[in-house]
Amino acid sequence: MLRDIAGVAKGMATTLKQLFRPKVTISYPEVKKPRSARYHGRHELRVYENGLEMCVGCELCQVACPAAAITVLAAENDPASPHSPGERYGYKYQVDLLRCIFCGLCEEACPTDCLHLTQEFELADFTRESLILQKDQLVAKAPSGFKVPLGVYPTYEGRKVVKP
Amino acid sequence: MLTSVLWLTLKAVVLVVVLLLGAAIELLLERKVLGYFQMRFGPNRVGPWGLFQPIADVVKMLVKEDIIPRDADKIVYRMAPIIAFFTALCAYAIIPWGPGDGFAMSHPNAGILVFLALGSLSVYGVALGGWASQSKYSLLGSMRATAQMISYELAMGMALIGILLMAGTTDLTKIVAAQDNLYFIFPQILGFMVFFVATLAETSRTPFDLPEAETELVGGFNTEYAGMRFGLFFLGEIVHLLNMASLVTLLYLGGWNRIFFMEWLPPTAAFFLKVCFMIFIYMWIRVTWPRLRYDRLMSFGWKVMLPLAALNLVGTAVYVALWAPKA
Repeated sequence: MLRDIAGVAKGMATTLKQLFRPKVTISYPEVKKPRSARYHGRHELRVYENGLEMCVGCELCQVACPAAAITVLAAENDPASPHSPGERYGYKYQVDLLRCIFCGLCEEACPTDCLHLTQEFELADFTRESLILQKDQLVAKAPSGFKVPLGVYPTYEGRKVVKP
Repeated sequence: MLTSVLWLTLKAVVLVVVLLLGAAIELLLERKVLGYFQMRFGPNRVGPWGLFQPIADVVKMLVKEDIIPRDADKIVYRMAPIIAFFTALCAYAIIPWGPGDGFAMSHPNAGILVFLALGSLSVYGVALGGWASQSKYSLLGSMRATAQMISYELAMGMALIGILLMAGTTDLTKIVAAQDNLYFIFPQILGFMVFFVATLAETSRTPFDLPEAETELVGGFNTEYAGMRFGLFFLGEIVHLLNMASLVTLLYLGGWNRIFFMEWLPPTAAFFLKVCFMIFIYMWIRVTWPRLRYDRLMSFGWKVMLPLAALNLVGTAVYVALWAPKA
């Protein structure tokens, strides 16, 4: 009988102790929990230090995507003002965030380390159209630390005309 | 004559305002305190510290669509929440907050009996609400709630008689005056435990809230009630809780008599502090204990509470007959 009362008292004391412990809630908009470096957030297309885009329009990310969220169309570089080192660049690059499952397979598939998933996860918006990101929204604003690798891209001076 | 009527009206208005404000504050306080017990903040978005949350809740309840089931009994369905709320408010009219007049609306000689009677009337609100909803779950919930409430009222009444024997009167002001030297909780500790548990069951609070637990019986008797009708049931339950806390304070904790380490408090403030302490205990119990299964609840009420209350009564009667000084 006394043991029962002691049990009850112990339970009540436990809850009372919780009253004075620090709260585990993170007050969200004011305080944001930091994400890991490998966090799968919004996509971005990185650029080299000299300003050239890293994307060569190989469309491997489009093939790797399990949800068919990425659409890439490649075009030939104009040798006078190239977008990317080499022959091709992606002239249409579109990521449908509504289809994307943020798995990161596209990031793994990119051969030039161009496609990168950032830590931005606050992507909610009001219309469907605004969530299909086009290339101008995806290209990174700040240059990454990557330099154009030597011995990878041959210099491109335009298509060679083969004399018959 | 006219002044007494005016005075009475003033008291009535003040009482209703205080009770409604108190119910709204208790609404917020319960969620905050439960949150703090569970290592989280309660609602803290709506105002500083969540202070406007009751306003948001009341506005939400008011603007909801008023749905009435097609087969519901037209008059009874509308009357049930009114009865529940009205009897809860009425029962507070005889509770004094201080010595002398104490701002109670009336001082009947049979103070406690009036309170018990009004508490029993509030069971009608629950029973009629479940019946008029014409829904199986509501009926089950209301039958369970009714049976629980009336069986624990018996234990409550018996524990109360111990107090009446020790104080020698049913007038609430005189009972508090009789606790001048010693709060009745000390000699009547068994009666206090019985009474306290019985008030937990009367107001359908955890651990006795199976009739209306959201996870068990959908909503119990208030499943079919929407918007402000549900609001009336809900607020009525909170006012019932305030009633019971005030009654326990008056009967066992010495009402407005001085707290031993805070002699300088005015009596009404002491009363208010004790009621707040009792409400804190109610919330503490709610956050700690799991729910009782219904058959265990009923067997506990009849097989444990009632014999204990009877034992308390016999002991008190023997003490009063043999050893108490003849008044």
